Amino acid sequence: MAERQDHDSLFKALADPSRRKLLDLLHASDGRTLNELCEHLDMSRQGVTQHLAVLEAANLVATVWRGREKLHFLNPVPLQEIYERWIAKFEKPRLKALGDLKRRLEKSNG
Amino acid sequence: MARSTFVYVTYIRTTQQKLWSALTTDAEFMKQYWFGVHCQSEWVPGAKWKMVYSDGTISDSGEILEAEPPRRLVIRWQHQNKPELKAEGDSRCTLELEPVGSAVKLSIVHTIEREPSQFIEAVSGGWPKIISNLKSLLETGSIALAEPYPAQSAQR
Repeated sequence: MAERQDHDSLFKALADPSRRKLLDLLHASDGRTLNELCEHLDMSRQGVTQHLAVLEAANLVATVWRGREKLHFLNPVPLQEIYERWIAKFEKPRLKALGDLKRRLEKSNG
Repeated sequence: MARSTFVYVTYIRTTQQKLWSALTTDAEFMKQYWFGVHCQSEWVPGAKWKMVYSDGTISDSGEILEAEPPRRLVIRWQHQNKPELKAEGDSRCTLELEPVGSAVKLSIVHTIEREPSQFIEAVSGGWPKIISNLKSLLETGSIALAEPYPAQSAQR
């Protein structure tokens, strides 16, 4: 149940172009303030604050206070979990094939 | 001053004490989620700290700057194995464990006083995998990934 709730909030957070743009901005340059993020979005400050709150609730954005500045960071951990759940297993057969090929080629060289 | 920082946050359904042990004193448990690596230290302020590969090579070393079990740990952390990363000098890794409902929020902030930093780039690839494995191991009893960099190991 808990995992389902985590994933529901994650996919809801991702299902909005403005929020994906915020993640792209943080991916390009991490540790930004609200003001810096507002410069790049055609949206009210309040709107950006609300989108950031959704991203933070989904754990896609983490914040750190530095003095009086609140800095926003892209937190890749939930995306890593998605990768492990749906993608990592498809790499194993491909990797095994590469490993087998390497062994066969090196054997024929020797 | 220019600095590079990465921040990782995860919520793990466990207790502060179990998570603290998993991150510090329980070396055998650590090897399971940290791809064979474990850390050695007395885990008190001023104590030496080192990270050791399964073959005994020291990958990183430093010192415990702050230790408040089971809440907060700060490590002065310098890479030792690759010359270009070692040359970047000391980084600072802060781990905070905070109970939130039935889970513990683990925050890891890793900073070095230079921008850009190859070291921070290198650890940024590792931390999400390690934390994700740790979460999986504590919550379900098994890890999610057995190899840290499967694509690279296949190329060797």
